[in-house]
Amino acid sequence: MKKRLFYQLGLLLVAFALVLAGCGGNNNEPASTNGEASKVTDAPAEDGIKVGILHSQSGTMAISEVSVIDAEMMAIDEINAAGGVLGKKIIPVLEDGASDWPTFAEKARKLISEDKVATVFGGWTSASRKAMKPVFEELNGLLWYPVQYEGLEASPNIFYTGATTNQQIVPSVTWLLENRGKKFYLLGSDYVFPRTANLIIKEQLKAEGGELVGEEYTPLGHTDYATIISKIKEAKPDVVYNTLNGDSNVAFFKQLKDAGITSKDITTLSVSVAEEEIRGIGVDVLEGHLAAWNYYQTTDTPTNKTFVENYKKKYGDERVTADPIEAGYTAVYLWAAAVEKAGSTDVAKVKEAAKDLEWDAPEGKVKIDGETQHIYKTVRIGEVQSDGQFKELWNSGEAVKPDPYLKGYDWAASIQPTE
Amino acid sequence: MYLLQLFNGLSISSILLLVALGLAITFGLMKVINMAHGELIMIGAYSTYLTQNIFKAYLPASMFDWYFVLAIPASFAIAFVVGLILEMSLIRFLYGRPLDSLLATWGVGLVLQQLARSIFGAPNVAVTSPSWLDGGLMIMDGTLLPYKRLFIIALVIACLVAMYFYIYRSHEGRRMRAVMQNRDMAACLGVSTRRVDAMTFAIGSGIAGIAGCALTLMGSIGPSLGTYYIVDAFMVVVLGGVGKLVGTVLGAMGIGMFNTLFEYWTNASLGKVLVFVCIVAFLQWKPMGFVAMRSRSLD
Repeated sequence: MKKRLFYQLGLLLVAFALVLAGCGGNNNEPASTNGEASKVTDAPAEDGIKVGILHSQSGTMAISEVSVIDAEMMAIDEINAAGGVLGKKIIPVLEDGASDWPTFAEKARKLISEDKVATVFGGWTSASRKAMKPVFEELNGLLWYPVQYEGLEASPNIFYTGATTNQQIVPSVTWLLENRGKKFYLLGSDYVFPRTANLIIKEQLKAEGGELVGEEYTPLGHTDYATIISKIKEAKPDVVYNTLNGDSNVAFFKQLKDAGITSKDITTLSVSVAEEEIRGIGVDVLEGHLAAWNYYQTTDTPTNKTFVENYKKKYGDERVTADPIEAGYTAVYLWAAAVEKAGSTDVAKVKEAAKDLEWDAPEGKVKIDGETQHIYKTVRIGEVQSDGQFKELWNSGEAVKPDPYLKGYDWAASIQPTE
Repeated sequence: MYLLQLFNGLSISSILLLVALGLAITFGLMKVINMAHGELIMIGAYSTYLTQNIFKAYLPASMFDWYFVLAIPASFAIAFVVGLILEMSLIRFLYGRPLDSLLATWGVGLVLQQLARSIFGAPNVAVTSPSWLDGGLMIMDGTLLPYKRLFIIALVIACLVAMYFYIYRSHEGRRMRAVMQNRDMAACLGVSTRRVDAMTFAIGSGIAGIAGCALTLMGSIGPSLGTYYIVDAFMVVVLGGVGKLVGTVLGAMGIGMFNTLFEYWTNASLGKVLVFVCIVAFLQWKPMGFVAMRSRSLD
C-alpha cells in the first residue's frame, strides 16, 4: 500500500511539472531543436554583406514568424537581383530563436560577434525583443523589429518598423468611440503587451468619454471562453477590444458565434488578427469583425500590387500577406537604402543616414523618424469580408508620426515605461 | 444567469471528460504515462480537417454538412491505427517503467507535432462546422445553449456508454480487465496479453481521436493543439482515481464545475490557480482520488 501511495505522489509531481510547463505558454517545447546548425548561403563571405535573420522557426511562435522570414528573404533576393547594396550581394544568415526568449539573446550575440553581420532582422513577441535589446546595446549592433507592439521604448540600436500605440491602438479607440459606442470591454491574453495596451486604453477612455464595463485576461493557450462570453453578455458592451494572442483567438471567436453574438450585436476590434490568422480561425466566424493595422493585403497602392504578386509567385498562390510580413519586407529595404546613402554598413553611419529616409512601401509612403527610430505609418481599420480579406473602413489619411511614449497626449502623462 | 453558468460548467466538464477518457484507459488502466495523448487528439482534429477537405473536393456542396458524421469514425480509426503502431513499436517494451515511458511518449509527441507541422504547415487550419450545429437552443430570454456544446455533451455520453459496454459487458472487455488486474494469472489462463495490450492502447488512442474531432467545433486546429489539453487530461484522471471510469467522470465534473465558478467570480488566470489549489488540497486528503480502485493484488 505504501508503495502505491508513493507511486501516486510521483504521478502528482509529474502532473505538476506539466502544469508549470503548460503555464509557461508552452515555450519550452522547442528546446529539442536548439542544436540546429545555422544555414549560410554558399557564396564566399568576403564579396557579400552578411545580415542576420533571427525569428522563431520552431515552437509556438513559428506559426507567425515563418512568414516574416519569407518576406525578408524575398526582399533580400529582390535587392540582390537588382545588384545588391554598395555593389555587394546580401548574404542572409538564418538563426532559429525557437520561441524561447533566452535563445533569442544568445543567437543575437552569436550573429553579432561570431558572424559579424551588418544588421539583424528579427523578433516578434515583445519578450523576444526585450531579451535581445541589451545584447544589441552592449555590442552596438542594429536590430530591425517588424511587429506592432506596446510602445514605451526607443532603443538607439533598434529600428521599429511595426506600429507603436499611437499608430494603431490609440486612433482605433478614438474611431470606435466616435462610430461604435462608448462602452468598452477589454479582453486580452495575460502578458505584457495586452496589459500595457489596456493600461493606455483605460486612460484614453477616461479622457475621451468612454466607459469601461469589463476587463479580462486569460492565460496564453486558454481554450474555453464560455464564462467570459457570459460575462460579456451581462456587461452589455458596445465594443470588445480584443488583445488576445495566438490560438486563443480561434476559441474565442468560434465560441462567440456559438453563443449567438455576431458582429451586428457587439463590435469586436482585434489587434493581433491579420490575414494569416483569419485562415486558421475560419472566415465563417470572423466575418464582419474589425481589426486595426497599418497594412492589409487589399491596401490599394501600386507597390503593394507587385509585392502581393511576387509573394504569391514565390511562395504559392494560397499564401496571404499581412501587416508584420509587410513590415519585415519594408525593414530590409529601409536598411538597404540607408546603407546606400551612408556608403557603409557601419552602425553609426547607417543610423545617421536613416534619419528622415523615405521609401514607397506596400503600405504607402513611410519615413523613418530619426529621434525615435520608429517609422511614420498610416493607420487603417478594416472589416473582415467573406473572402478572408479586409475591407478598409477608415484610414488616417496621412502617415502618423510615431510617438512611442505618447508625449503628445495629455491623458497619457501617468503611463510610465515598465522597466 | 446561474442556469447558464451551470450549463457552461457542464459543457466544460464534458469537454474535459472527452479529452480525458482516452487517457483513462491508457494511463488509468494500463499505467502508461502517455504524454503523446495530446498529439493523438491532434491527429483526430487533423483527420476531421482531411475529411472536410475530401468532402469539399469530391462531393456536391449539399452533402458537405454531413462530413462531420463521417469525421467521427474516421478520426477514431486513424488515431486507433496510430495508437496500435505506437504500442507495437514502442510502448510494448516499456511496461512497468513509468519514467521511461513518460520520456519516450513525450518524444513521440514532439515528433508527431513536427510531423503535423511538416505536412500541414505551421499555421492553424480552419474547419468549418456543419451548419446543423450552428445556433442554439433558446430556453429563456437571453439564455442560449449552443447546439455544439449540447452535441459534445451527447457525444461524451455516447462514448461513455460504449466504453462501459465494451469494458464491463463484452468478452474482450473482460479479458482486458483480467489482464490489467493480474497479468500473470490471465496469461496462465490462455489470454494473449500482448494482443489485449495492443487493443486496449489502440482503443484509448481512438477515443482521443474522437475528442480531437469534437474539439474542432470549439477551438484551434494546429500542431500544438494537444499541448493545451494534456495537463487537464492528466488532472482529471489523477483526481478521479486511476483505473476507474466513474472516477474520471467525477474528476471531470469537479474540475469543470469549479473552474467555471471560480472563473465567474474572479478571472480566468486566478480561477485556474484556485482549481489547482483545490486539487492539491483534495489529493492531500485523498491521495487515491475520488474513487480508489480496490484490488487484492499486492503491489
